[in-house]
Amino acid sequence: MADRDDTAAAGDLGPVTTLATPIRLDFEFTPGVAQSRFLRGLERGRFIGQRCPKCGMVYVPSRGSCPTDGVPTTEDVELANVGTVTTYCVVNVPFAGQSIEIPYICAQVLLDGANISFMGLIQEIPADQIRMGMRVEAVWVDPDRLTPSLASVRYFRPNGEPDADYESFKEYL
Amino acid sequence: MPESEALHASHRLEYPYARSVGPVIGAFLTGLRDGRLLGVRGSGGSVIVPPTEYDPDTGDDTGEVVEVGPGGVVESWAWVPDPLPKHPSDRPFAWALIRLDGADTALLHAVDSGGPDRLATGDRVTVRFRPAAERIGSMADIEAFVPEGGAA
Repeated sequence: MADRDDTAAAGDLGPVTTLATPIRLDFEFTPGVAQSRFLRGLERGRFIGQRCPKCGMVYVPSRGSCPTDGVPTTEDVELANVGTVTTYCVVNVPFAGQSIEIPYICAQVLLDGANISFMGLIQEIPADQIRMGMRVEAVWVDPDRLTPSLASVRYFRPNGEPDADYESFKEYL
Repeated sequence: MPESEALHASHRLEYPYARSVGPVIGAFLTGLRDGRLLGVRGSGGSVIVPPTEYDPDTGDDTGEVVEVGPGGVVESWAWVPDPLPKHPSDRPFAWALIRLDGADTALLHAVDSGGPDRLATGDRVTVRFRPAAERIGSMADIEAFVPEGGAA
């Protein structure tokens, strides 16, 4: 259904030129057992990954199998709350529905103990000071607001440790 | 690992598109907002409702805007006993093709007749608009058509 035009509401009725036609899809999502463990970990303020029994790689979040070996990953591994920025992007472009003030940093964070990075928001640092190898820590929402969702992680911020050596994360770029 | 370990959630994906309606549909929607039903005259002289920019028979531009209705004749209909959330009515209604007085084509809209036993092909119906303050230039500005004489 079309939205009310502000000018029409004001009584200044010009010709109708546009029609709001929202497209909506309601769907039910089941993340599966492995990702559910990851999400339940977030609810406890923990990053939970899984280790491949063959190659030993730790995936977070785990999809329940090793993409290299094709075998189920059954061993849960708790990752550290700290990690290393491997790559990043500074967002300068405003877009509809944007909830974070620009410029902001979107980074790939390699948690200590994991063999794959995942995307996180970096805050508490000017956007032009982000760098590869920066050590960061996760900042969580208040304990009573933790949910099985990535929304439980507010953002990552520099934790003050010296930058990680490039050699330590070059395999994860 | 028991299946119940897997989480489950409802999601909604939504895009707020706004369409440009053009001069002909725009005139039609403006008419609805103003509480009038408008069609256009095709190149062969027939009146097309809802209006199109081109005559579907000849491909020529359509011409003058023509006011039609507010009454019309039900050409065919299907009863909806259990309306869905997106339907124009939350109580049972009919989807109907209605040929408005003065028009040569039929308009699809809801008929609120009160029951399938109170509607028949060939019945006369008349438009029921939403209150003027609620109309925005949308097909939903027409609440429904109702049997002429107010049987519903």
